[in-house]
Amino acid sequence: MHDHDDHSHHDHSHDPITSEAEDSLFAAREVAIRTLLIEKGIFSADELRHRVELMEGRSPALGAKVVARAWIDGAYKARLLADAETAVQELGLETMHTSKIVAVENTDDTHNVIVCTLCSCYPIAILGRPPAWYKSLAYRSRVVANPRPVLEEFGLSLPNDVAVRVHDSTADIRYLVIPQRPEGTENLSEVELAGLVTRDSMIGVALAQSL
Amino acid sequence: MPHVHDRGGWPDETPIDRSEHEFAQWEDHTHAMLELLIGPKYHFNLDEFRRAIEGIERKKYEAMTYYERWLTAIETCLVQKGVLAREEVDEKMVELSASRNVRNGFD
Repeated sequence: MHDHDDHSHHDHSHDPITSEAEDSLFAAREVAIRTLLIEKGIFSADELRHRVELMEGRSPALGAKVVARAWIDGAYKARLLADAETAVQELGLETMHTSKIVAVENTDDTHNVIVCTLCSCYPIAILGRPPAWYKSLAYRSRVVANPRPVLEEFGLSLPNDVAVRVHDSTADIRYLVIPQRPEGTENLSEVELAGLVTRDSMIGVALAQSL
Repeated sequence: MPHVHDRGGWPDETPIDRSEHEFAQWEDHTHAMLELLIGPKYHFNLDEFRRAIEGIERKKYEAMTYYERWLTAIETCLVQKGVLAREEVDEKMVELSASRNVRNGFD
């Protein structure tokens, strides 16, 4: 673990750009807080490193496994919709103790999209950390007020007879969208199907990839 | 007018910047610290953390990036729980910056 911040550049959606100096001020404050907590024995450097590794192990590939299983196994899908927490664990995946996952299914009539208007709540356990735009003030404001133009910005135009349901996540409930299985995928294996399930399709701003 | 964090439905016409975000190392550490402090190394809970973020003054909240808010809130919670004092953090920053300058002197 390096103590020097590498100043990787990152975009923070349309949130104000912080100057380099301020960025390094927060970076330096992080080092100071972390060093003090390690000195005080709150956690060790190893425990922190291990936690970063755990975080890096969480990615949309885990959620894609869950969705692919739901596509091929109707009974599993029913369990996922009834109790996502248990259904996710059934595949050997870890969930968070502090919150619960709720799965919502896209159908011919209904399209679901998730947001956290208050901050950034997201099913981190099976999707990893949310993209910057999910946390942006613009997405949080706009997608609940008028979701269709937002979806169009993402390249998703839905017919008017498809209802759009926006689910506002909280610290306690984090939604996962089960996208529709693309047509013509009857002969694909579960692993191949998982490859069609993108992060954005599980947020609901895109469809699953077609063949 | 809702509180600053409560963004749902605010008038906002800004296009959504969809560029992907590379995390800086301090941001990874900030995230990992929070997970430890609300989980296995419990010192405060997620609601206390949220309360600390939501208590950031409007102008500062809007000017801060995501993990800047997190780090600020972690410090607030730790100070409230008596784990850290702000002065300690200030002093440690000075100390670390001095030792970095010494190290850089050898380069």
